[in-house]
Amino acid sequence: MPDTHFYRYDDFDRTLLAERVEQFRDQVRRRLSGELTEEQFKPLRLTNGLYLQLHAYMLRIAIPYGTLSTRQLRKLAEIARKYDRGYGHFTTRQNLQLNWIKLEDAPDAVAALAEVDMHAIQTSGNVIRNTTADHFAGAAADEIEDPRIWCEIIRQWSTLHPEFSFLPRKFKIAVTGSPNDRAAVRVHDVGLRLWRNPEGQVGFEVIVGGGLGRTPIIGKTLRAFLPKDELLAYLESVLRVYNRYGRRDNIYKARIKILVHEIGVEKMREEVEAEFASTKDSALRLDPRTIEAIAGQFAAPPLPHRPATVGAVEALKIEDRVFALWLKSNTAPHRMAGYRIVTASLKPAGAPPGDASSAQMEGVADIADAYSWGEVRVSHEQNLVLPHVAVEDLPAVYAALGRLGFAEANVGKITDIIACPGLDYCALANARSIPVAQRISNHFANLARQHDIGDLKVKISGCINACGHHHVGHIGILGVDKNGVELYQISLGGDVDFGHTALGEIIGPAVGADEIVEAVDALVATYLERRGEGERFVDTYRRIGAEPFKERVYAAV
Amino acid sequence: MPLYREGAIVPVANDGLAALPLAEWLQAPTQAVALANTDQLDLLKTHLGRLKLIVLHFPKYTDGRAYSQARLLRGRLGYRGELRAIGQVLRDQLPFLLRCGFDSFESDQPGFGPALARARTLFSVVYQGAEDDRAPAWLLRLRRRDARAAEQIGPLAAE
Repeated sequence: MPDTHFYRYDDFDRTLLAERVEQFRDQVRRRLSGELTEEQFKPLRLTNGLYLQLHAYMLRIAIPYGTLSTRQLRKLAEIARKYDRGYGHFTTRQNLQLNWIKLEDAPDAVAALAEVDMHAIQTSGNVIRNTTADHFAGAAADEIEDPRIWCEIIRQWSTLHPEFSFLPRKFKIAVTGSPNDRAAVRVHDVGLRLWRNPEGQVGFEVIVGGGLGRTPIIGKTLRAFLPKDELLAYLESVLRVYNRYGRRDNIYKARIKILVHEIGVEKMREEVEAEFASTKDSALRLDPRTIEAIAGQFAAPPLPHRPATVGAVEALKIEDRVFALWLKSNTAPHRMAGYRIVTASLKPAGAPPGDASSAQMEGVADIADAYSWGEVRVSHEQNLVLPHVAVEDLPAVYAALGRLGFAEANVGKITDIIACPGLDYCALANARSIPVAQRISNHFANLARQHDIGDLKVKISGCINACGHHHVGHIGILGVDKNGVELYQISLGGDVDFGHTALGEIIGPAVGADEIVEAVDALVATYLERRGEGERFVDTYRRIGAEPFKERVYAAV
Repeated sequence: MPLYREGAIVPVANDGLAALPLAEWLQAPTQAVALANTDQLDLLKTHLGRLKLIVLHFPKYTDGRAYSQARLLRGRLGYRGELRAIGQVLRDQLPFLLRCGFDSFESDQPGFGPALARARTLFSVVYQGAEDDRAPAWLLRLRRRDARAAEQIGPLAAE
């Protein structure tokens, strides 16, 4: 089996994880014996990833910076088989959720995770959550620096942080190292964007107070350029200000975005900088040897030279039109010529977005061992990624993914839908999301048509908590409940691309569950009629506005 | 409310220091003050030397503001007297409380004393520095690296 080319746990990491498992085992034992009340137990189980859903407990497993070894992926498959019903659900925050966990099994499940250096620590609760990254990190052609180095540094600093384990509300951090933001850094509590300043130094733009949920807000720049070794001192300052001054009187106003909104970004900056002035010359300044040691573990695999143009691939493109479409939508430029980044679509027509069975997970692991240096990524679009595939191997990878049902040539297209679990699983939801995604997916299943429609992000949430990120969908769909009837509100023009980050605007009254497919169809038809040369759906919308789309939708439904 | 300190698993006798709320205490500073978790700490600065006890409040155990107050008192203002946690104080908070510099606790939770005796050793590894002077993992890694380098250089230097 190939060595991993990302952070490898040492005895310190493993000891802490083992001790955490034993602490959790004791907490569960005390809950089962009645020594702990549910109220007392709740924050404890949440910070171990255990969440109470509609029908059962759900275990949310962290996949730090979305990077998995095949050994880890196989273990996830095994855990899903043993403790769940043989499948898992990849989420928009690089987590894997198992939906049918029994409380008494939870300690054994997290102990099994620890065997492969994985955990469910701080995947729920009012704490610093799993830090997410660009899923193409370390492979993307447009990357300035691998963001995962910094995610790992943040992972260690934030794990069981004694001061920040009872925050006003959850706290999500995302890091990108590319000018093309694939980590949605402007809609996180803190977003970090690595960039090179005019003096040639690489540092962070620190963005604060973004978020979706009930009050969607685009994050604001708190610091335009932060030297890299100051990262933890600065984050600790932001968190301390938030921990002290964030609202705790109303759960819906407790995120840092509300604090920033209420006191203003200037005042927030003043508070954070004052705190930072006293913090920055402390032991929180990162030792260059620590940075170097962690960065070294993320060194790219020693990719041998492989041909950039391969006769057999060119021939197959002509022979098999679907393969040609797949190459276009499901592969992306790699930093090294002769390689591509391959996205395995977890959205075959009509399937629940992000679901994978244990057998499928094992299948992807086999493919990654054979063709992608034993590494797999999880994207916030709920797909899996093979980061280092030689162009020569693309036909074989395509065929192998096809056998798993993961070769749908739809990445970035209308059927590559993000959807939350919705009313089928979630206690908070007002409406179903997955069946809506499935119906849209079936309606637009024709690949040639999807590719003609081009890039179009459809995002569906089953309630205003917005786990399906509907605010930033080119087409956003929000399930609402009106007197017991599930209705769907449509918004247009949302975007998370850097420089274009925008929240979608609602086009009018919500439509019924039986009308939603027709409504989306009307939106697409409007675009196809009105699009200019090279325009994507969202470009046409920006140019002509909502009116033409609106008219067509409400004439249709 | 039973009062605990490390070293004994049963409650200890209260030492009788009466902690006044900040506003009252400012009128006539004594050896003990009780802060709300929204109180500013700057007001204490000039009197820190005379304080023997600062009491911090957890109105609910999920309200974590006093952790920041504790770290600022210990780390920033250099307070060395007793730092007590009161309010809803439960045993599962102890690893965090100890790391933030608390050294006495009011709690009526059964089993609190034995849990306190074990709380410092529940985790033998910590990832970040705090107010308990434990060396975080990154520092231990660097020390180990230096020690290994010294071992390798050692025999050469002897020749």
